[in-house]
Amino acid sequence: MKKISMNALDALFAKIASTMKLYAPIEKAGQADFYEWSAGEKVRLDVLKTVKSAKDVFFPQVEDLIKFRVEGKSIELNEAPKCEDDFVVFGVRGCDARSFELLDRVFLVDPRDEFYAARRKHGIIVTLACGEPEESCFCTNFGIDPANPCGDASAWIVGDELYIEPRTERGAKLFAELEDADAAPVESAKKEISAIAEKLPFANLDFTGLDGEHLMEKFDDPAWERLSKACLGCGTCTFVCPTCQCYDIRDFDTGHGVTRYRCWDSCMYSDFTLMAAENSRHTQLQRYRQRFMHKLVYFPSNNDGLYSCVGCGRCVAKCPQNLNIVKVIKALGGKKA
Amino acid sequence: MTNNLIPTLGVVTDIRVDTPDIKTFRVEKIGGGKCFEHEPGQCAMLSIPGVGEAMFSITSSPTVTDHQEFSIKKCGCLTSWLHLMEPGQQITIRGPYGKPFPVDTELKGKDLLFIAGGVGLAPLHSVINYCLAKRENYGKIDVVYGSRSKDDLLTIDEIQNEWMKPENDLSVHLTIDRAQEGWDGHVGFVPNYVTELGFDPNKTVLVCGPPIMIKFVLQALDGLGFKKDQIYTTLELRMKCGIGKCGRCNIGDKYVCKDGPVFRFDQLDELPNEY
Repeated sequence: MKKISMNALDALFAKIASTMKLYAPIEKAGQADFYEWSAGEKVRLDVLKTVKSAKDVFFPQVEDLIKFRVEGKSIELNEAPKCEDDFVVFGVRGCDARSFELLDRVFLVDPRDEFYAARRKHGIIVTLACGEPEESCFCTNFGIDPANPCGDASAWIVGDELYIEPRTERGAKLFAELEDADAAPVESAKKEISAIAEKLPFANLDFTGLDGEHLMEKFDDPAWERLSKACLGCGTCTFVCPTCQCYDIRDFDTGHGVTRYRCWDSCMYSDFTLMAAENSRHTQLQRYRQRFMHKLVYFPSNNDGLYSCVGCGRCVAKCPQNLNIVKVIKALGGKKA
Repeated sequence: MTNNLIPTLGVVTDIRVDTPDIKTFRVEKIGGGKCFEHEPGQCAMLSIPGVGEAMFSITSSPTVTDHQEFSIKKCGCLTSWLHLMEPGQQITIRGPYGKPFPVDTELKGKDLLFIAGGVGLAPLHSVINYCLAKRENYGKIDVVYGSRSKDDLLTIDEIQNEWMKPENDLSVHLTIDRAQEGWDGHVGFVPNYVTELGFDPNKTVLVCGPPIMIKFVLQALDGLGFKKDQIYTTLELRMKCGIGKCGRCNIGDKYVCKDGPVFRFDQLDELPNEY
């Protein structure tokens, strides 16, 4: 166990950033998200949930794939560079850290996504225990421990000190110069966090019947109509979600050539499945159902029963219509299959 | 390590006008030769930079050694641009994607019945030519093919001059939707024609065409005593990545680009009806 005074964090960040890129929850325009750190940035380790998850560090909201130059009938194609240097992402909560493992199951399975794979290879993850999990949090349902997150190193804020437990060689190297510390304060902090987490309103959701074994059982449930009725199809849930991975690939004519890029997309959008001839999901009910069936049934079917949700509660907090996955689980789970 | 999202360059070396809205494009590597090997029923992503990228079934048989063909109907933005191309135009291509028809396993030794409507012949074209190239591996082969009019029949020259050669031992049953001057063949919709022809329900069926045709063909086949596990089709959903990650072609726990596009109807029964 290592420790550093909270007052000295800026110096630590400066030291890390002198050798590699450092991402942390940084406040910009009144909200905290993961941005690259530079001197003077306002790091907000006190913010429990960044507005967007930490996923864009590995799967950016927009990224270039190819540059084309077109001349007459000829095309010149240049692949966009992939990440080649180590970087640190600091202050990732346990839920977001788990989401990387779920994204791995999409992007790292054959055929692999090389852009994502390069970032995962070079990313050093420093997690941060959740001092006070909120009412919208339900990560413990998925076996995530907010008091003891994983990663290359884990951190706990106790009073004016930040305690850091390196868990891998890369994590150890990063904090080698910090002073050694007694782990006792962290142990009592863990107990306090766990005590809060146990009492959260969504701590014990019943998923009975929602699993990959029963692929079509919930598909025609009449509850979908009630659940989806108010959905605006705004896609906010998908953009703040740490595990949503749907993306679009588009071309942009820059005037000097064509850039092919990918960007996050949402299965909640009416044009997501639109083809020239028809649309396979033409109602919002179908699109709403697709999102949750994917997270709670289809994804587990392909991934050893794991749900594609980490209980971060961002959709609970952000949906303008107060719809969320918890309501879906409560309505469809717990029923006898 | 090859990057699955990065295409290679191809060149369109020949363009054949098949029907008023379908052209067949011959694609080769720059310098000649196939861009990659494929199996019957597999697809490829074709793109014109600045316009877009989309999935198309590979129309030519894997047994063609020096190029690949794509029969493409003009119906959206990218396909309209493809139709404006002239020979010599470079495009980008990546693939092959998806699981092929099980030509060397489940279909081997079987009597085959191909049923196609309109541009639905495109994915089956590859399989039919593959079967003809390895004729001894298959039993009796029938092809029922229909379109709106005689002018909309795809690759009609090849059908009449190649497929119908006696040594191929292949029966072709053509039909068009409405009677037309200069057509003395069958007139009527494909599903009704299938019923009229009354096939032996021991055959294995490969059907491809507009959804409405497929729906009634299934009813017709059911009436003749065919079971769902004897009938194969290909699905077509919007796709972007082609490698089962972008989420677009997800139905149930399957991705059409990766787990399809070829499905048996008994397999489709286990998936949501969102295709």
